[in-house]
Amino acid sequence: MHTLDELIVQSPVFDGLDPEQLELVAGCGKNVAVDAGKRLFREGDPADTFFLVRHGLVALETYVPNRGQVTVVTVGPGEICGWSWLVPPHRWRLTARVVEPVRAVEFDGACLRRKCEEDPVLGYDLLSRFAGDLADHLQSAYMQVIDVYGDRTS
Amino acid sequence: MAIALPERSAVARGAMTPLPYRVVRKRRENHDNWTLELEPVAEAIEPIGPGQFTMLYSFGVGEVPISTSGDLERGGTLVHTIRAVGAVTKALCATKAGDVVGVRGPFGNTWPIAAAEGRDLLLVGGGVGLPPLRPVVYHALAHREDFRRIAVLYGGRTPDDLLFRRELDRWRGRLDVDVTVDAAGAGWTGKVGVVTKLIPPAAFDPADAVAFVVGPEIMMRFTARALLERGVPAERIWISMERTMRCGVGLCGHCQLGPTLICRDGPVYRWDELAPLLEVPEL
Amino acid sequence: MASGGGTDAIDPAPEQGEGMAALLAQSDLDCLFSALRRRGYRVVGPTVRDGAIVYSELASADALPAGWTDEQGPGRYRLVRRDDDACFGYAVGPHSWKAELLPPRVRLWQTARDLEVAESIPDAVPTAFVGVRPCELAAIEIQDRIFLDGAHVDADYAARRADVFVVAVDCADPSELCFCTSVGGGPGAREGFDVALIELLEPTHRYLVRAGSSAGEELLAELPTTDATDEDVAAGVDRVTRAADEMKGRFDGTGVHDLLLRNLESPVWDEVAERCLTCGNCTLVCPTCFCTHVVDSSSLDGASAERSRVWDTCFSLQYAEMHGGNTRPSPRSRYRQWLTHKLATWQDQFGSLGCVGCGRCIAWCPVGIDLRAEVAAIRAEEETHAHA
Repeated sequence: MHTLDELIVQSPVFDGLDPEQLELVAGCGKNVAVDAGKRLFREGDPADTFFLVRHGLVALETYVPNRGQVTVVTVGPGEICGWSWLVPPHRWRLTARVVEPVRAVEFDGACLRRKCEEDPVLGYDLLSRFAGDLADHLQSAYMQVIDVYGDRTS
Repeated sequence: MAIALPERSAVARGAMTPLPYRVVRKRRENHDNWTLELEPVAEAIEPIGPGQFTMLYSFGVGEVPISTSGDLERGGTLVHTIRAVGAVTKALCATKAGDVVGVRGPFGNTWPIAAAEGRDLLLVGGGVGLPPLRPVVYHALAHREDFRRIAVLYGGRTPDDLLFRRELDRWRGRLDVDVTVDAAGAGWTGKVGVVTKLIPPAAFDPADAVAFVVGPEIMMRFTARALLERGVPAERIWISMERTMRCGVGLCGHCQLGPTLICRDGPVYRWDELAPLLEVPEL
Repeated sequence: MASGGGTDAIDPAPEQGEGMAALLAQSDLDCLFSALRRRGYRVVGPTVRDGAIVYSELASADALPAGWTDEQGPGRYRLVRRDDDACFGYAVGPHSWKAELLPPRVRLWQTARDLEVAESIPDAVPTAFVGVRPCELAAIEIQDRIFLDGAHVDADYAARRADVFVVAVDCADPSELCFCTSVGGGPGAREGFDVALIELLEPTHRYLVRAGSSAGEELLAELPTTDATDEDVAAGVDRVTRAADEMKGRFDGTGVHDLLLRNLESPVWDEVAERCLTCGNCTLVCPTCFCTHVVDSSSLDGASAERSRVWDTCFSLQYAEMHGGNTRPSPRSRYRQWLTHKLATWQDQFGSLGCVGCGRCIAWCPVGIDLRAEVAAIRAEEETHAHA
């Protein structure tokens, strides 16, 4: 049975945090379990949380007229789900729906934002880590856009 | 136990002359992919190895290079999985059992399966990159004790484009299988995202693994990068290259990529040897 | 014999007169032709046609381009009258011997729907190549290596090559574009021929003749040759030496393999791409270019099909077409492919330079692109960059 600290540090985003920083971050987190079909957050709602998925699968989706709910990307174990808490206007841009039952660490984003404002060094460190994570996601999203398996010749 | 490399024998028949093969079975894999099982009408080509290809000829239409996708452990028919995307492939995919097609080959080199023995084996396929890896899966299943962990990571464009879905499910119990699509419609309850995202959660020891990667060139480039970032050494990443091919025997010049002729020196290449060439656009 | 692009001093004349003991008078030159025909050879050699010296089947020595020379420059080729009647007083024309050994179109096989394929038998006949330049000997040797020495022997090439009689003629009149000495060759034929000639004009019109094989010796024995004097031999060696001197330093191929492969993104490629029409003339006239295309066709009634091998050029837009696009859509990439293959990666693939220094590609380029100048530009650009 792992402590919250141990679980958090297993994620690539938080890997290498020193014990002090880890304690601060863990202080904003709690373990949650969510059934399949439920939503972690809804597009348009205020965004003040984010999740570190430990087990299960989450689909990030949006409603496209004529097509229905379209899953843009799924988030699995070890990955962070939710970034809109980081930047204004702090509103979810996509809906997160649980596909396979999820066990995750849910973080209070507002709490973490406050701690970063109080401790800029921690703030910069965390922001760098999230920036790296976002860069990876962006790169993957670009690959989806390039449509590498498609037949476009120009 | 290593795969025996088929010998490059000097054939009395000219290298540009196909042998007639009959379609004995045809299976539709998805909306634009078919698997043909072929048997020689009379003379057969040399035994084909995993990673090698033949030039398949459709009467009067033309020829295309296609990798073998069959179970080479069992032998028997010559198996190719073909995507109907141009005149020749459409003609091949329109054949019926009993029709005759032409076969030249086998050409190219084979996957270095022996290099993976005693190690973790990672097979990463993108789109139509899975068929050339399937013979390796069959071999690994038939010689399971030769390898440690085996993982098949497969990415397709959409769920409708995935190949061998039933087989992937069958393999799931015996090896790690992870599948993702770039774009999903309703009804897909699996992963959505690029195939490189399957690498971080995959269970393998980067320091002691061998990876075979096949797919569109850009997918292979991104995948190799992701594997390198994970700690797999470049000398243990192998890819399968594709270029315009006409003769298949190194004499027409078309498949050149810098100093290498893909029909002759490839299509299987070690990543560190080919990477510098792939970094030059339009080489 | 072409080798890596060095600029070492090359001995221009075959071992200062070795074996050149015989003379053949101009008036007896036709005996060479009849002797070849008696042996069943079809004789192909140079003749004037369409304002150029081209290779064609020759009826007799009278068909040779006596009294003609060629003036060549970038994008320029003119025939000009000489003030003597030298038969081989020119450099090279647009044709090369690859048209004989690797014909522009060859049917490989035919078949009915059952795919019981009937291979076409090469329509090769014994042929004598008359007037082969040393650079052309080098080119033939390069193509021999490709088609006969690889993992797959090309049956058609082998059949045609099997019965070729080579009559080489040393060069005395290199053009402005010749640079064989800069790529490991020279104006004197050294090997790969059955008979070799050096044309002498003063005081009488005659040829120093030497054999390069037992077949050549047998043929020479039938000709009305006389003994050559020391002066004759010295005159022959002198002609060839002077030709080599004229060509000194025309191409700096030092380290060209690594130079080109280090500079695959040089702005020089962009610059030449603005001029290059990708017409493929260079590949047509180049004696070593060998790329071919496979053409599959069927009869109108659909009952039979055939496959042919036809000349292709890497400059063509279709050359690198694949399902899903084109791997070399830009003229820049295609020019770069041609030049880097010819001078660099050819060495990796076949163990020698692909270029024999004949200058044809420069003459027959409609916009006069000179590959020697392009290499120099890449070298200069690299140096500028290094000091910037």
